[in-house]
Amino acid sequence: MSEFHDPSNVVNPEHADHHIVTPAVYGIVFATLLVFTGITVAAAFKNLGILNPIVALAIACTKGVIVILFFMHVKYQSKLVKLTVTAGFFTFLVLITMTLTDYISRAWGLWS
Amino acid sequence: MSATHTIVNLPDQRTATLPKRTYLNNEDGLLSWLLTGDHKRIAMLYLVSITFFFFIGGAFAGLIRLELLTPQPDLVAADTYNKFFSMHGIIMVFLFLVPSVPATLGNFLIPIMIGTKDLAFPKINLLSWYLYWLGGLVVLGAMVLGGVDTGWTFTTPLSTHYLNTHVVTAAMGVFILGFSSIFTGLNFIVTIHRMRAPGMTWFRMPLFVWSHYAASILMVLGTPVLAITLVLVALERLFGIGVFDPTKGGDPLLFQHLFWFYSHPAVYIMILPGMGVISEVISTFSRKRVFGYTAVAFSSVAIALFGFFVWAHHMFIMGVSNYSALVFSLLTMLVAVPSAIKIFNWSFTLQKGSITFETPMLYAFGFLGLFTIGGMTGVFLGALGMDIHLTETYFIVAHFHFVMVGGMLMAFLAGIHFWWPKMTGRMYSESLSKLAAVTTFIGFNLTFLPQFILGYLGMPRRYHAYPQEFQVLNVLSTAGATVLGVGYMLPLIYLAWSLKYGAIAGNNPWQATGLEWQIQSPPLTENFIETPIVDHEAYDYEWLEHKTAHEVTTVG
Amino acid sequence: MDNAIVATHPHTHETAVPAEHEHVALPQHRHHFETQEQQREAGTFGMWLFLLTEIMFFGGLFFAYLLYRNWYNPAFVAASNQLSIPLGTANTAILISSGFFMALGVWAAEVKKKNLLVLFLVLTTVFGLAFLGVKYFEYKEKWELHHIPGASFDVSQFINPHAYGLKEEPLAPDMAQKTQVFFFLYFAMTGMHALHMIIGIGLLFWLTWRANRGEFSAGYVAPIENFGLYWHFVDIVWIFLFPLLYLINRHPV
Repeated sequence: MSEFHDPSNVVNPEHADHHIVTPAVYGIVFATLLVFTGITVAAAFKNLGILNPIVALAIACTKGVIVILFFMHVKYQSKLVKLTVTAGFFTFLVLITMTLTDYISRAWGLWS
Repeated sequence: MSATHTIVNLPDQRTATLPKRTYLNNEDGLLSWLLTGDHKRIAMLYLVSITFFFFIGGAFAGLIRLELLTPQPDLVAADTYNKFFSMHGIIMVFLFLVPSVPATLGNFLIPIMIGTKDLAFPKINLLSWYLYWLGGLVVLGAMVLGGVDTGWTFTTPLSTHYLNTHVVTAAMGVFILGFSSIFTGLNFIVTIHRMRAPGMTWFRMPLFVWSHYAASILMVLGTPVLAITLVLVALERLFGIGVFDPTKGGDPLLFQHLFWFYSHPAVYIMILPGMGVISEVISTFSRKRVFGYTAVAFSSVAIALFGFFVWAHHMFIMGVSNYSALVFSLLTMLVAVPSAIKIFNWSFTLQKGSITFETPMLYAFGFLGLFTIGGMTGVFLGALGMDIHLTETYFIVAHFHFVMVGGMLMAFLAGIHFWWPKMTGRMYSESLSKLAAVTTFIGFNLTFLPQFILGYLGMPRRYHAYPQEFQVLNVLSTAGATVLGVGYMLPLIYLAWSLKYGAIAGNNPWQATGLEWQIQSPPLTENFIETPIVDHEAYDYEWLEHKTAHEVTTVG
Repeated sequence: MDNAIVATHPHTHETAVPAEHEHVALPQHRHHFETQEQQREAGTFGMWLFLLTEIMFFGGLFFAYLLYRNWYNPAFVAASNQLSIPLGTANTAILISSGFFMALGVWAAEVKKKNLLVLFLVLTTVFGLAFLGVKYFEYKEKWELHHIPGASFDVSQFINPHAYGLKEEPLAPDMAQKTQVFFFLYFAMTGMHALHMIIGIGLLFWLTWRANRGEFSAGYVAPIENFGLYWHFVDIVWIFLFPLLYLINRHPV
């Protein structure tokens, strides 16, 4: 560490390391993402009823999480970064769900 | 000097001298200001900018009140009147209130208060100011081209379908201003998390910093939703799609959901920094630590969090479902609690304090009373039954002016007067400033108290004509507006005067705690000669007493 | 209690401090940061906060999509089936590959391999441009079919799909009109996404040029790392757009 004196370790409380993710890990992630893409296309051609959109979103979420954890290194980052990412998606979910409370109770499936 | 009227022993200011090297004089020339990365210079650039826009917005307010002197629509046409209140709202909200404390006082003080040399991203800070001006010029452009008359709320389908005015221009101006705000908030969050001086733990930070942290979270998470909403309005106007147009299958309420998802947190963006100022001022002029520091800190974050859950209370009569309205009404009651906690804590700070009545404290007292009234009326409006009667009337107008003007603007003025000596090295005329504070208070009450009554009696907002029986109250309101205008113009005069002729302030004219008061006034560009190490709590007046006894100067 | 503003060791300057844990002061060290460590973490944190704003920005569009897909499901199904699955899938694979190369680029910067870094940045750019190329063809096709929302929008394919050789259920006229809403969201969401990609590609050109000069292979990886975050985020948006826009209902009833 340089000579910056930081007794209560304010600057880097979690001593987050510079873990270098290897190309091998990236390769596995890459392959996984392609596989999931194939799965989601295949699933679209099967009639799963109400599960179709759920499966599609679940696969998309899984792919997204993999990208975030590995390509974007969040798995190896400080708690602050992890919390930040969570906060972002939480707020997004608040937008979606709380707006939905209005539409679900008023005008759901209006035209179908 | 107010030294003779206070209990505190102020250092002898007759012998105080201006420091040789300050952030103001260490570099010369226009470019050194226009290309600066120094958070303090950027703060001053912002101060001049928002003052400019404040008076334009105020001029529109004057025109509104002038029209409302008489019940007949005799001053301007209806469309023109609509443009007046729209421009007034857009300018006051986006060009004044949102940046007011954060971009001026926040920018100036946050790095100093936490013991560091600058914000995390100085270039982004400067970019923020340039975006502010770009957005401001676009908004002024919309005004000059003929104005926009949708109200600051751009409600659809009026704004997308039925108007021929410069909606897209104004919307794009606000879009740009949104990014200015986002970058400021982003900068604050990173700075507060990662750049505190050794020993400056979260719970030793001044509450001013906490409140800016909470406001910054709102800026970063809420403003983008406004951005996309305005983009959709623009696209709808330009391509006639029907996202918000019921004749084409769209839902106008979707616009309102997205708009208010930002605009409700926006009101907390506007008030939280002001609350931070009040914490500092009340503590200093009662010579007492803020009562319940932890509660005040957490309540700031709670306001930010709950503020995201209540937006549809702006839409109770717009067609949301009853169930949804119920949920949002209950949550609105909840969000009032943290604000009330703060008021209680400030009151208990005052109790048994050594209170003195310098100008910042006068504004703070004004805040306490007026924000309480504004907040309480907000709770009335959150109750579904009351809201159906009161919404879209002058009651709403009075409510938000009480919190925004009686609350936030007073807090802003308190902050400007409190930290003026630090930012400029000069004291202003205490008697003139007290006069201005009192004038503002009287003018404010005269302007807006009648509006509560008018609203309750049923006078609609955004109308340029009204029934004869409302005239007396309107005349009172306009008269108050005139007094209020005088009260706001006085500081321009004596603050400008103080720059050249004011008494030299010295490091700590108010004998306040906080790192900013331990360095010279005005500060060095790098704020501190050496990185401070903090080992005392915030608002520690005993530590200050001991320090004053063995005063160590840190003059550049 | 003494004056708490006590001097620390005067902060070190650009001259390299003997390395322990490789905390050498780099030439790109900014003075308001005490350590390179602090600067790097602040940069990453700042970029993540910016990405949060992007989540919320796209969030509004996603909600509009959610609402209108629920309200006008038949129209959305019919309109979605007009999009090409091969092209969409290919584009998804292309963008994922682009992200893969970007991640490898970050690795190359971290292990200080300049030529590999430049190679990977170039590959990232190439695949990004390929994505945009495919999108251009898709947009062009929509233009030719008069499926761009606005005055020239043509609903005849949806009212009478059999006449066009499409195996779709015909839609009633007012529901057929709602396909415009789908296409508006399609263009708005993919257009906004493409705009972010164009900005990203512009930044890639700049970063590749700087990488070629060796700016990022001597320990200063922050711009590559943080741009990578941005690029991956754009990738994630597409990961959601693809199933939502292209795969609404591809199974025959």
